[in-house]
Amino acid sequence: MAELLEVRDLFIRYETVDGVVEAVNGISLKLDKSSTLGLVGETGAGKTTLAKGIMRLVPNPPGKITKGEIIFNGKDILKLSEADMRKVRGKEISMIFQDPMTSLNPVMTVGEQIAEVISIHEKVSSKGAMEKAKEMLEMVGIPAERAEEYPHQFSGGMKQRVIIAIALACNPSLLIADEPTTALDVTIQAQVLDMMKKLKDKLNTSMILITHDLGVVTQTCDYVAIMYAGEIVEYGSLRDVFKNPQHPYTNGLFGSIPSLAEDVDRLKPIKGLMPDPTNLPKGCKFNPRCEYAEEICRCQSPETTEVKGIHVVKCFKAQGLV
Amino acid sequence: MISITTTIIDVVTDNRVYDTYVISQNLVMRLKGPSAEHIFGLDEFGRDIFLRMLWGTRYSLFLGAIGILASTIVGGTLGAIAGFYGNAIDNIVMRFMDILLAIPSILLAIAIVAALGPGLVNILIAIAISYIPTFARVVRAKVMSIKDQEFIEAARAVGASDARIIFKYIIPNSLAPIIVQATLGVAGAILSIAGLSFLGLGIQPPMPEWGAMLSNARTYIRDAWHITVIPGLGIMLTILSLNLVGDGLRDALDPRLKN
Amino acid sequence: MEEKVKRTELLQVKNLKKYFKTPKGMLHAVDDVSFSLHEGETLGVVGESGCGKSTMGRAILRLHEPTSGEVIFKGENILKFDKKRMKKLREEMQIIFQDPYASLNPRMTVSETIIDPLIIQGKYKKSDKEGLQKKVREIMDLVGLSQKLINTYPHELDGGRRQRIGIGRALALNPKFIVCDEPVSALDVSIQAQVLNLMQDLQEELGLTYMFITHDLSVVRHISDNIAVMYLGQIVEKAPAKLLFKNPLHPYTHALLSAIPVPDPDYKMKRILLQGELTSPINPAPGCRFAKRCIHATPECSQQEYSLKEVEPGHFVACSRFNEIKN
Repeated sequence: MAELLEVRDLFIRYETVDGVVEAVNGISLKLDKSSTLGLVGETGAGKTTLAKGIMRLVPNPPGKITKGEIIFNGKDILKLSEADMRKVRGKEISMIFQDPMTSLNPVMTVGEQIAEVISIHEKVSSKGAMEKAKEMLEMVGIPAERAEEYPHQFSGGMKQRVIIAIALACNPSLLIADEPTTALDVTIQAQVLDMMKKLKDKLNTSMILITHDLGVVTQTCDYVAIMYAGEIVEYGSLRDVFKNPQHPYTNGLFGSIPSLAEDVDRLKPIKGLMPDPTNLPKGCKFNPRCEYAEEICRCQSPETTEVKGIHVVKCFKAQGLV
Repeated sequence: MISITTTIIDVVTDNRVYDTYVISQNLVMRLKGPSAEHIFGLDEFGRDIFLRMLWGTRYSLFLGAIGILASTIVGGTLGAIAGFYGNAIDNIVMRFMDILLAIPSILLAIAIVAALGPGLVNILIAIAISYIPTFARVVRAKVMSIKDQEFIEAARAVGASDARIIFKYIIPNSLAPIIVQATLGVAGAILSIAGLSFLGLGIQPPMPEWGAMLSNARTYIRDAWHITVIPGLGIMLTILSLNLVGDGLRDALDPRLKN
Repeated sequence: MEEKVKRTELLQVKNLKKYFKTPKGMLHAVDDVSFSLHEGETLGVVGESGCGKSTMGRAILRLHEPTSGEVIFKGENILKFDKKRMKKLREEMQIIFQDPYASLNPRMTVSETIIDPLIIQGKYKKSDKEGLQKKVREIMDLVGLSQKLINTYPHELDGGRRQRIGIGRALALNPKFIVCDEPVSALDVSIQAQVLNLMQDLQEELGLTYMFITHDLSVVRHISDNIAVMYLGQIVEKAPAKLLFKNPLHPYTHALLSAIPVPDPDYKMKRILLQGELTSPINPAPGCRFAKRCIHATPECSQQEYSLKEVEPGHFVACSRFNEIKN
């Protein structure tokens, strides 16, 4: 399959009064056309920063991409001018944000909001844009008549559908979805995920899905990257990572979720807390919380090594060195 | 420096200074500019402006501060009650406040002083009443946003009484806007007192008061700049420093801004 | 947890109703809910946002005054208690909140937060600095907070630690019964597991009874003995946790369970995608409230009222057609 996106050795920093926040630390990843990558991690893992980096929306100051390349469709988007980048955003790469309540402009009708994106990127009359907007609404399962309504007349799940319609309006080749269903109830989440999957297949869009919910990943993704403290600690196909997890953090995440199938009296949480991003530990960033950590983990940072095929891990234990 | 300090002490402790320098006239020396002897110069009746300014603090600053303190307490309590209990109580209190607010505060003060007659206490009452609605509004808005937070519910759940919730949970969390409003209020009150004096309804001559000094001096603005500029600067600097104090106080009282 | 020891009944809720007046009409937040809870037991309450589960928890504690019904705690109807008795009762009934950021007074330190309930209830005198200090340290140990945090303010701490303070405040008075309103929903998974374990340990150690309100079905299955499923202010099904997951009878429970994303690539479950979204709880139409979204609904469903019926030991369901649906 053809490659759509490649991130090479990306570093993103935020300079704050409390020190330098090392948000993204040398991330490399590839994404094929029309496949879905799940980016999993907890608060502060750098998932959203990575996504904003790909969109080149890291607020500067305080944020800065200090190193790395982002190759999208064969060109390095970090080298594009701001004007060229604006043509990419919304047209070739779109993003969906977490909170459907605040992502829509309350004083514009939903039809206008979808039409706006279309008229920015495509040469169509305002009437044509509105036509297309209505088509998009139908596609996400909202009757076209409701295009004249305002966001407050929609429920949370409906608003998220509108946001998805906006994101897909220009038929982008990459969709970045940042926790798209976290704010929704389970039954609504199921509806929205189901619809996203169908649309993605229909439009041949690639997707990066950012989430903390391993269940959501299972239902939507082909590949999974587990993030911790700004690094990808494990990457592989869905089956690789879920059936044969190698990194102790990945295992810890699975141990932390109560299972629906098995009966466990107590969960096995990961001890300790996320490290302070302005003061990351030396060596492997997970070592203070890792039950297997030894001397080498405390002084050296492990390389990313292959487990099998595309399945890679960043851990001395998985490499057999501990 | 020493002479200034001793004069200040003298002024504050000794009434003779008041009688001889602050109010007694010396027409020979009238409108004389600043000199080593009279650092701020002399006014249209040959009185020392420095001493009059110092003495005037008693009226301007203290009347302003006490007036605002009174309206903060009264307005704050009314606002807290209105915001906390809502419904009918809120309606009654706030509509009354709306009526007060509908009358320009200086007009209200003028009306009160005109009705009660000029005098220190009456000015104080006028200032306090005209500022009550502002405080009631600020406090009510803040209380309403705080009272629905979970930590208030948590306090209820451990059995805290309404009074405890208001005083220990709601008021400390609404201090910031009250303090800012109060310092701005003192500044405003000083201006109001000055305004009342300017109109002849405030402090009566020969008592020195900044606004009255400014008002009397305006006739001489072409001949002797110092007698208008100095009280004017005094009022301006006081208000500026009050605002700075207010900002500092708000930051100092908020644990979230401490490191 | 399946041992059939008859434990004493601690709490009994009968026909509890809580209506709110809104400009559009009466909002039936909690509508005729009845259940009972035994000592040391955990009742999980699940449902989607707006189903009234949080309101129910607060109505039981009289943080929202119920519209009608009875809440019988240790044999007495607490809705009849006067202010003084109610205050005393708060020692025994506590609540843990969802948002560890909003549920702590930002101007009180950890120790002040824990001390406050002790002073309000007159357990300690304010002047008894030593006794209070000792008690605070004891509670901090109990909930796993490091002693050096005793004088920190909530904003200096992360979500997990804040939630521990919230738990500490609830435990300070040695309660018997705690309403836990989504206590782990705002936390990251690894921290969520730490807090869940802590809550289980405390339950065993102190013999607590929990009413655990959440929208997270895997959490509720893990921690509960019994689960009540709520829909638009009513309990539509109630059963022992495992039984409910193995044999859900109400069509809404079915849909809810099938919507959970399971983190296992081999797990294939037939999805029942619900049509539409929650209808409004304002002036609800008579009949089954789920009928509009139910794939099995017949015209009769919107006409009759349904109440919970025991269909097998411990398993209650409010649906007239569950037998036909099952087959």
